[in-house]
Amino acid sequence: MLNRNKAADVFDRIQRYSTADEVEALFYAGHSSLTRFANNTIHQNVAEENSVVSVRTAFGERTARATTNKLDEESLKRAVKSAEDIARVQHPDPELLAMPASGGKNYGAIPSRHFDETAAITPEQRAEAVQKVVSVARKQKLTTAGIFSTAELVEGIFNSRGLNDWHTQTSSDISVTMLAADSSGWQKANSPNVAHLDAVALAEIAARKAVESASPREIPAGKYTVILEPAAVLDIVGFMFFDFGGLAILDQRSFLNNRVGTKIFGENINISDDVGHPLQSGVPFDGEGMRRQRVHLVEGGVVKRLVYARATAEKMKKSEHRDKVGVVEPTGHGFPIPNEMGEAPMNIVFGASTDPKTVDQMIASTERGLLVTRLWYIREVDPYEKILTGMTRDGTFYVENGKLREGVRNFRFNESLIHMLSNVEEMGTPVRASGEESFDMVVPAMKVRDFNFTEVTKF
Amino acid sequence: MKHIADWALNISNQRGAFYADARVVDDRSRALATKNGKISHASDGESLGIGIRVLADGAWGFAASDDLSRAAVEGTAARAVAIAKASARVKQQDVRLAPEKPVTAEWTTPYQIEPFTISVEQNIDLLFKIDSELRSVAGVTMAETNMNFRREEQWFVSSEGTNIRQTKYSTGVGYAAHAFAGTEIQKRSYPTSYGGQWQNKGYELIHELKLVENARRIGEEAVALHKADQCPEGTFTIVLDGAQLGLQIHESIGHPIELDRVLGMEANFAGTSFLTLEKLRKLRYGSDLVNVVADARQEHGPGLGTFGFDDEGVPAQCTPIITNGLFTGYLSSRETAHAIGADRSGGTLRAEGWNRLPIIRMTNVSILPGEGPLTLEQLIADTDQGVFMQTNRSWSIDDKRYNFQFGCEIGWEIKNGKRVRMLKNPSYSGITTEFWNSLDAICSRDEWTLWGTPNCGKGQPQQVMGTGHGAAPARFRDIRVGSAYKGN
Repeated sequence: MLNRNKAADVFDRIQRYSTADEVEALFYAGHSSLTRFANNTIHQNVAEENSVVSVRTAFGERTARATTNKLDEESLKRAVKSAEDIARVQHPDPELLAMPASGGKNYGAIPSRHFDETAAITPEQRAEAVQKVVSVARKQKLTTAGIFSTAELVEGIFNSRGLNDWHTQTSSDISVTMLAADSSGWQKANSPNVAHLDAVALAEIAARKAVESASPREIPAGKYTVILEPAAVLDIVGFMFFDFGGLAILDQRSFLNNRVGTKIFGENINISDDVGHPLQSGVPFDGEGMRRQRVHLVEGGVVKRLVYARATAEKMKKSEHRDKVGVVEPTGHGFPIPNEMGEAPMNIVFGASTDPKTVDQMIASTERGLLVTRLWYIREVDPYEKILTGMTRDGTFYVENGKLREGVRNFRFNESLIHMLSNVEEMGTPVRASGEESFDMVVPAMKVRDFNFTEVTKF
Repeated sequence: MKHIADWALNISNQRGAFYADARVVDDRSRALATKNGKISHASDGESLGIGIRVLADGAWGFAASDDLSRAAVEGTAARAVAIAKASARVKQQDVRLAPEKPVTAEWTTPYQIEPFTISVEQNIDLLFKIDSELRSVAGVTMAETNMNFRREEQWFVSSEGTNIRQTKYSTGVGYAAHAFAGTEIQKRSYPTSYGGQWQNKGYELIHELKLVENARRIGEEAVALHKADQCPEGTFTIVLDGAQLGLQIHESIGHPIELDRVLGMEANFAGTSFLTLEKLRKLRYGSDLVNVVADARQEHGPGLGTFGFDDEGVPAQCTPIITNGLFTGYLSSRETAHAIGADRSGGTLRAEGWNRLPIIRMTNVSILPGEGPLTLEQLIADTDQGVFMQTNRSWSIDDKRYNFQFGCEIGWEIKNGKRVRMLKNPSYSGITTEFWNSLDAICSRDEWTLWGTPNCGKGQPQQVMGTGHGAAPARFRDIRVGSAYKGN
């Protein structure tokens, strides 16, 4: 696999081939494997190795990028030439900054996210875990589907001003769906360390949900108190974080336009972006090599800060918004240049409640409501009020008089995130959660009043 | 490249594979974009590698590598066989493949202008011209344009003797104007939203779309939406434009007919399907006017689902999906064909690239135009009261593909056969089969366009694929409108 020394050698060659004023190379490499099962059978089982270098050249105020997965001389020369040819014909951008000479403030020590045991997992070990999941399904007369994946990945950056940085990590995911005749249950977990994943425990929870939600009853759509498990919270709140970039404000595409500094959520909502959090994972530098900083985005329901790429911070300082958006400085959240989106916080950590409740306690305190395992196919309906639509899936339950009563048919919701995060009555302890609608984050379960379900589907 | 793929087949055979195929793929792409008068994206990309799929001990294994040296390819093939043998530890029955006659062939997307021969400078100049038109409209707060080209050259060989070289080209272009004012962000896009129009064509697509000519109108509509009335809530007749109907087909016909979903193979991620096997040739999917095909052949048009052969070497075909309203066909593969009693795959297995396992994907799933002459204006003239909706803004459907909700960028009230006022935030929702049974008119061939959806996600690891959807404007009765914005 590509290592830092070999990447440095490749970058030396790229520099020699280039005639540009400045040059940068991003490296992405690794090996990944995924065992997929359905109908109690492993039906797909894949492995991949790849190394990619993405070359950016700059001539004064012009820049462009070319990418290849071939590191031989001819391919690298072709990539450099493509990047230069495209850069040369750009219209000058006076806001394009020179490449940084260093990554700026260091966050401090970040826990290792590379685990040899995860990198070395074999197809046989994955099959053994799947066999155990299938055994849980069979015991309950259910059918199971899911994945078990592992990967070892590296990411690096070098530029002609001397900046270089490198990150190595492993990852592992297990996701399990259990299917009964007219119901289903689901669980997913993700960790850099495969030893932290328990396939059987996930299978047993998913199986219990499938069994307990059998013969779902149709109840009418409307506003309900809803208990969202952490994966469901992650699924829906993930849709707002691209609006926390400075460029989103400057572009006037953010729901935070004219709202930074105001209290738009409940006082119990506190959100940070924190790459170094012990439950987080990911690369500690951004697309230009700037070190990611810890940023307190929301405190007591008030949006306090945004995240910034270097160029966005410079632009914001000169804009009419500069006095209304809190501290303006590069925070290490930029995407590789050039890009449309600017920056976004991708290591979200929700603050802990002063009085955390378990999901069981939330159920016990609910007179009439719904417990939601997972949300699905979420899309934005209104970008400024942040109304999102989507469906419940794989385990939706009716709660009455403090007890889980029965499974119910799945609902469509149309709910504003501003409204939802203003109506959080109780929260659990934040955990590392993983879903399919958004990136992994550290979130609690939430009990929310007046969640807006608008339709019921057929199952 | 064939000799590289042959190394993989030889080792697969030596290690005990019952079947093997190998795809060497050389992928080249160019992406250009502007935002508010500046370049927001400018990149070239190339990716070359091999994906090896094997059947051993009755189960699948797949391994892929960017290293095309003989030692690496042979090692990758050996890994694929070892993975298949591990898969066989958890199986119910052996995989069976429907027979397919071996073929030696070459196929290339027909095109008039090779898109990579057009200078980047010329492309950027065009995008800036559009950007300038959009931003010349007072009230437009953000203007975005994009242009994309791809050439995918693939060598496919199989242990059954198939040897295919196939080169596909695709082109995409589009733009959008956003207008933020007060407490609303409104948006208009052209030729449609989320990247515009995409087809398997050369640069000639750019010339055909009258991009600059429509830019000012699009900017003006984005701004005008702020003064438009809110689309009312209730049960109404709706008319959908072709692009929106294309996405409606994609979500509520294209996905539920995927046989892997029906058989539970996507249950953990994309979901399953309400179209269980007993419904074939029995379910009344739509009204008599609904005729839908899945057609990958060139004669259907230059859709993103047009090709010579799929990624397991099966020739492009046309499968009737809905015939005069009756559900008549699924999208199938060599592995799944037997489940519906078919003696051959429908030819729909495709992979995002060399490093992905091919899975069942939509080809061009299209509704056929009405037989009698009917223009959009005639359709509206024939409608007493309703809402005409254009250009998708949001889309969502449940994991069995029953309940859907779509939002559009702009609506127009129809009264006594005339468009009388602009409506903002139009949306509609329903249940798939009830919706398609409510279709009572569809425009004729002159209004029919083969739209491209470049961003269809499916599979684990997720793969993004382009699909085609031919559609003409159509009318639906008694549809629930406007509940999306009922809000809190």
